[in-house]
Amino acid sequence: MLEQQLLNGLTLGSVYALFALGFTLIFGVLAVINLSHGAVFMVGSYAALFVVTHFAAPLWLGLIAAMLVSGFIGLGVDVLILKPLRARNAPHLIPMIATIGVTIILTNAIQGLFGVEVQRFPEEVLPAADFVVGEVHVRALEIGIVAIAFLLMALLFFALKKTQLGRALRAIAESPKTAALLGIDVEGLFHLTSFAAAALGGVAGVLIGLDFNAITPFMGQPILLKGVAVIVLGGMGDIRGALIGGLFLGFAEVFSKGYISSQIGDAVAFGLLFLILLIRPSGLFGRVLERKG
Amino acid sequence: MEGFADFWATYSTLIFTVGIHALLAFSIWLTLACGLLSLANAAFMGIGAYTAALLTLQLNWPFPVVLAAGSMAPAVVALAIGVPTLRLSGVYLCMATLAFGEVSRVVILNLDITGGPEGLNGIPLTTQWWHIALILALVGYGLARLRRSRVGRAFEAIKEDEVAARLMGIDVDRHKLFAFTLGAVIAGLAGALNAHYTFFISPREYGFENAVDILTMTVLGGISSLIGPLLGATILTLLPELLRFLHSYRLAVNGVILVLVVLFLPTGLWDGRRIRAWFERRGGGR
Amino acid sequence: MSMLSIRALSKRFGGLQVLQEVSLEVPGGSIFGLIGPNGAGKTTVFNLVTGLLQPSSGALAFQGRDLNGIAPHRITRLGIARTFQNIRIFRDMTLLQNVMVGMHHLMDYGPLALFFATPACRDAEKSARERALELLSWVKLDHKAALTADNLSYGEQRKLEFARALATEPKLLLLDEPVAGMNPAEKSVLMEEIRNIRDRGYGIFLIEHDMRFVMGLCDRIAVLNFGRIIAEGTPEDIRNHPDVIEAYLGREDAAGAAA
Repeated sequence: MLEQQLLNGLTLGSVYALFALGFTLIFGVLAVINLSHGAVFMVGSYAALFVVTHFAAPLWLGLIAAMLVSGFIGLGVDVLILKPLRARNAPHLIPMIATIGVTIILTNAIQGLFGVEVQRFPEEVLPAADFVVGEVHVRALEIGIVAIAFLLMALLFFALKKTQLGRALRAIAESPKTAALLGIDVEGLFHLTSFAAAALGGVAGVLIGLDFNAITPFMGQPILLKGVAVIVLGGMGDIRGALIGGLFLGFAEVFSKGYISSQIGDAVAFGLLFLILLIRPSGLFGRVLERKG
Repeated sequence: MEGFADFWATYSTLIFTVGIHALLAFSIWLTLACGLLSLANAAFMGIGAYTAALLTLQLNWPFPVVLAAGSMAPAVVALAIGVPTLRLSGVYLCMATLAFGEVSRVVILNLDITGGPEGLNGIPLTTQWWHIALILALVGYGLARLRRSRVGRAFEAIKEDEVAARLMGIDVDRHKLFAFTLGAVIAGLAGALNAHYTFFISPREYGFENAVDILTMTVLGGISSLIGPLLGATILTLLPELLRFLHSYRLAVNGVILVLVVLFLPTGLWDGRRIRAWFERRGGGR
Repeated sequence: MSMLSIRALSKRFGGLQVLQEVSLEVPGGSIFGLIGPNGAGKTTVFNLVTGLLQPSSGALAFQGRDLNGIAPHRITRLGIARTFQNIRIFRDMTLLQNVMVGMHHLMDYGPLALFFATPACRDAEKSARERALELLSWVKLDHKAALTADNLSYGEQRKLEFARALATEPKLLLLDEPVAGMNPAEKSVLMEEIRNIRDRGYGIFLIEHDMRFVMGLCDRIAVLNFGRIIAEGTPEDIRNHPDVIEAYLGREDAAGAAA
C-alpha cells in the first residue's frame, strides 16, 4: 500500500513540479506573478483533447498542440499586456490584476466553447498497458506522466545551467538593466520565457487531465493555488525549490488523502502555504522579492 | 403609482443587488486605498452570510443582532489571518488571501452545519430596501469621513510609499490591519443582508470568481474617490443584464474589462483629477 | 549630554562590512555634518538611526534612550525626522496633505470622534491645517498648498520634504543631501533656512557632498571613509586634517591641479 501511495505521490508531484517550474520561471525572469498560469494549464488540456478527438490524432500530437496553444497564449499575454505595463513601470500588483482578468476571459471562453461538463480523453488514446510490480499496480500512463514531466524539467535545468541562453536568463533574473547593458535582448527573452513557461504549463494540464481522467474549465483554479503554495514553499524564483516543493506537495497531498481524509488532502496545500508565510516567507531557497533594477 | 409598482416588481432585485455590490465594492476600496490587494472579501462575505443565516435558522435571533454577528465573525477571522500576513509584501498578501478564500470555500463545502454543497435554504426574507439603503449610506458616510481624516491621509501615504509613511510616525502595520478588518466587516454585513434577501445561499457564491467580480467593480470605478466603487458596482451589476445575448461569454466580459481598465484607464472611470482637468480645459483655461 | 549618541556602530551586509566601529556624538541645537566619498556608508548611518536597518553591533541612543530594535515609526515619534537623498514625497497628494501627513502622530482623535465629526476632531484638523500652511510658508511654498506634489520643480520638492519633516515636530532633523541638484542661489537660500531652523532650537544632522555648503554651515563635521570615521572636529580642523585631505579633499585638489 505504501508503495502504491509513493507512486501516486510521485506522479502527482512531478506534474505539480512541472507546473510550478513554469510559474516560478516567469517570476524569476519577469518579476511578475502571472496568475493566468492556471488558465493556460487548463487551455492546454482542452487543446490536446480537441486535437485528439477531432482529428483522431495520437496523444503525442495532443501534447505538441497543448504546448503550442498554451505557449502562444502566454506569449500573447506578455506582448499585449505585460509589456505595456513594464514600459509604464507599473507597481507589482497591477500585472497581477491584469492576469486575473486573463484567467476570467480564458475560463469563460472555454466554458462557452466546450461547456462545463467533465470531459475525458477517449479510451483509445490512453496507453493501455499496465503491470503489477510486487504489490504495486503500475499504469503505463503513470510512467509516461512521470517520464514526460522529468524529461521536460531536465531539459529546462540543462538549458538554464549549461547554455548561453540560460546564462542570459539568469543575468536578467539578477538585474534586467545590467543584462541589457551587456547586450542581452531582454525584451526578446521575456517573450521567450513567457512562451516556454506557458507551454510547460499546458503540458502539465494534459498530464493532470490524463492522470485524473477529468477535464473541466475550472481545473485551473485549484492548480494555480497549489502552484502558489509550491513556489512560496520552495522560494519564489528558485527552480530547485519549485521541483522539490512540487514533489513534496504531491506526496503530502496523496498521503493526507490516503491516511487522514480526502477533504484534508485538498486543504494541505493551503495549510502549508500559511505555515510557510508565518515561519519563513522566503521559503526553502528563498530569494528577496525586490530586485535591483 | 401603478407604474412605480410595476417598475419595482421587475427591477427591485436588480436594485437590491446594486446596493449589495456597492457595499462590497466599498469593502475592497478600503483595502486598495491602503495599497493592499485582497481577494478574500468574497470569503468574508460568505462567512458573514453563513453566520447570520445559521443564527436566524437555528437560534431565531433578532435581525439586528444577526447582522451584527454577521459582520463581527469575518472580523475575527480577518484579524487572525491579517496579523501574520499583512507584515509581508503586497504580493504575498494577495496570494495568502487567494489561498484563504479557497480554504473557506472548502471548509464551508465540507461542514454539515453549513449544508455542504447544497447550501442553506429557507432563510427568512427579512431584508428591506431601507436596510440596504441605510447601511450603504452609513458606510459611505463613515468612509468619506475616514478619507478626510488623518487615517485617510495615512492610508494614501502607505499606498504611495510605505517606508516614507513609517518615517512620518505612522504605524503602518496597524493601519493595514485596520483597513483589512474593516473591509471584512463591511463584506460580512453585505453577506448577512444578502442572505436574508435571497432566501438561499451556497458555497458557490463566495468563491474566486466573486472576489474577482468585486475587484473588477472597484478597479473599473476607480479608487481615487468613493464615487468610483458606486459607479463600478452599478455598471457591472447592470451590464450582464444588457449582455444576455452573449450567453456564457458574458462572464468573460468582466475579464476583458479588468484587462482594458488596467491597460488604458488605470485610475478607473471616475478619477477626480482627470475630470477636473477636463473641465478646466473646457473652460478655456480662464 | 549629546542628543544623538552613536557608539561603535558596525553594519555588515553578507560579506561586506559597510560600517566599522563608528562613534559620533551629535549635540542638540547645532548643525552637525557627515561627509565622505561616495559609498562611504553615510546613508547607512541614517538608515540605522531611523530604524530602517538594525546594527550588526554597537549602540544608538537618542536623548539617553536606547534605539536598538525600536520600529521606525516609534523612532519618529521620539523626535527624529528625516529627508531622503532621492526625494520621497507623496506625489499624488497635495502639498498641504503631504505636510499634514507629517503631523499624523500629533493628532490623536479616535474613530468615534472621526465618525461623529466632534468639535475635538474638527479643531484638531483645523489647527493641523494652519500649522501645515505655516510650515509651507517657512519654505515659501504656501501659495502652492493646494497643488499636487508632482507639479513641483526638483528644488521645490526638496523644500516640501523639508517642511514635511519639520511637521513631525522633531528634535533632531536628519537631512540626506539636502542641496543635491540645486543651483547656487537655491543653496544659499536653503543654508539660511537651515540656520533659522537651528536657531529655533532644532538639532540638525546632515549628509552632503558640497564642501562649500558644509564648511559654511556646519558647527562640527565628521568624515567617513570606507565605513570608518577618519576625522571629526570644527570646519577648520577638517580643512587642515591630513587624512581627510588625502582621502577626500585630496582627490578634488588633485583633480583641480590636473585641470
